[in-house]
Amino acid sequence: MCADEVVREPLVQVEGLRKLFPLTSGLFARSSDYIHAVDGINFSIRDGESLALVGESGSGKTTTGKLLVRLLDPTSGSIRMRIDGYERDIAKLRGAELKGYRRHVQMIFQDPYESLNPRRTVYDTIAEPLVVQGIGDIAEREQLVAHYLELVGLAPPDTFMFRFPHELSGGQRQRVAIARALVVVPSFVVADEPTSMLDVSIRTGIMHLMQNLADQMGVTYLYITHDLAVARYMSNNLAVMYLGKIVEQAETEEVLAKPLHPYTKALLSAVPVPDPEFKRSIPDIKGSIAKPINPPPRCRFFDRCPLAEKVCEENDHPPLEDKGGGHYVACYLV
Amino acid sequence: MSETVLRVDDLTMHYTTRAGEVSAVNNVSFSLQRGQSMGLVGESGCGKTSVAFSLMKLLPDNAHIKQGHIYLNGTDVVSLREEDMRKLRWSKISMVFQAAMNALNPVYKVGDQILEAMETHGLVETLQSAREHIASLFELVGLDPKLMDQYPHEYSGGMRQRAVIAMALSCNPDIIIADEPTTALDVIVQDALLREMIELQKKLNMSMIYISHDIAVIAEVTERIGVMYAGRMAEFGSAVEIFKHPLHPYTFGLMSSFPSIVGEKRELVSLPGEPPDLINPPSGCRFHPRCPYATEICSQQDPEFKDLGGDHYVACWHPLEAN
Repeated sequence: MCADEVVREPLVQVEGLRKLFPLTSGLFARSSDYIHAVDGINFSIRDGESLALVGESGSGKTTTGKLLVRLLDPTSGSIRMRIDGYERDIAKLRGAELKGYRRHVQMIFQDPYESLNPRRTVYDTIAEPLVVQGIGDIAEREQLVAHYLELVGLAPPDTFMFRFPHELSGGQRQRVAIARALVVVPSFVVADEPTSMLDVSIRTGIMHLMQNLADQMGVTYLYITHDLAVARYMSNNLAVMYLGKIVEQAETEEVLAKPLHPYTKALLSAVPVPDPEFKRSIPDIKGSIAKPINPPPRCRFFDRCPLAEKVCEENDHPPLEDKGGGHYVACYLV
Repeated sequence: MSETVLRVDDLTMHYTTRAGEVSAVNNVSFSLQRGQSMGLVGESGCGKTSVAFSLMKLLPDNAHIKQGHIYLNGTDVVSLREEDMRKLRWSKISMVFQAAMNALNPVYKVGDQILEAMETHGLVETLQSAREHIASLFELVGLDPKLMDQYPHEYSGGMRQRAVIAMALSCNPDIIIADEPTTALDVIVQDALLREMIELQKKLNMSMIYISHDIAVIAEVTERIGVMYAGRMAEFGSAVEIFKHPLHPYTFGLMSSFPSIVGEKRELVSLPGEPPDLINPPSGCRFHPRCPYATEICSQQDPEFKDLGGDHYVACWHPLEAN
């Protein structure tokens, strides 16, 4: 939050990132239809300033996260990341270089019931990235695993180390997943809805843990969530995605207080408020979300926009522009 | 004057499992008036869905109602035989299930599934009139009546949820239980659906029981709220009272750990520990191992669930001051 005094360098810079998935109808059919899951997005994340990516299902936020850790290969675009002081284009890494990259970038998945191998002990799970990256010998790994178990609040480590996932609660499993992601001391972590499967009283604990560890270890997050209230607590900056495009991006509190894009406004007014006396306004939006299959060259939000005009239909999707003070909006009418 | 459509009295329900007896619902009491909406909130495993299934008497074979009464329009359904209960189910009390995808049979047209429910209750005089009734239900829940001749897979998630609500309405019940009706939906779809459910409830003067882990949703749609913890009703009262003056430390903890996008960004407080195992629940008050105010008595005796004035019930030895 002290970004005003310190000019931080960008850790990740994404430019023109695209991912198209072909739709094939038959075995030998050549596909001419594509789902534009991520369609030319730009953003940068500065060291220590976590970015939250929010949007409805199908907006492309998870695909973006998977592209950044290279679980998916981008169709086009660049992902430049500063690693040990050098800038690398992640989008082009292959083989051993890609493996080396994973030492710096890790991912935490949504469902701790699915993301942990049920036949491996907690120790095996957390030590695996160390084995893959060739870090330490057995004794050192055991020490590291114990240390990280303690860090994520699973103490004393001896009582957890040789348990299997089914012997852990949902919150404890997610703690193991966090330890596994952090054990290689990455500088960047993509967290895809890490708390959405957890109960409220457990969720806050995991949110605090992730924040504390980020401060201690200097980790920067890309925090993917559909829950704007959670995003508020987990990010400095917020980007709103709609059908493969970022439609608005600014400091988190700025977006929540002064949303400019009509989609962001609708999204914010649809979020339930835990106060029985609070009266929300009705979200101003038409229809429902479509699939971005070969989208026509006009604003992606055109069909649902309450303000849509001719200019929105006749021109391609508007560019993401700074409307003052680092508040970026992609809309012709703002 | 208000009329009590449902009264639950000291309900206790256990599941028998290989690992032992699970005390899923323990001495739960509450009542519901005609036209009123109430919410049951709590975390997974707190017993809120078990209460719902007990009310519907749709319990699996290993579940036993140990004690207590459920009065539905004055009739105690606990002692009712299955064939008599079947007449009340859907026509007096119906339920919107958590996963709408699984609640609809994929190989039958949606309209035909609703028709079947009506037929079972002898509500079909002619096919024509029944189809008209279903068409009007579809309109009521905001679906195009033409969709009744389509299959569930042709529906989106929000549309399926609406169809399941139409089905729950088909036999004109007095009470509808909605178990996490919007949990799998995106916020904009959720907002539209909740607004329609509130409107329907007012229009038809129905009683609603919403079950959710999301206290923000419950805050918006219900007039009265019951907070459950580890199979017990910890607190019960009007929505405003529960949110503004929570008496139970668990309710307070739940509120303080819940983020909101509105208002000042306040510090979130996390509750220590995790909910207990209900095969071996803690002695005394089940919340005492996690409670910051716990004293000796809390670990020894279960606090009584009682009215502390203003129809605000709490089960706690050290209720927070209403201030």
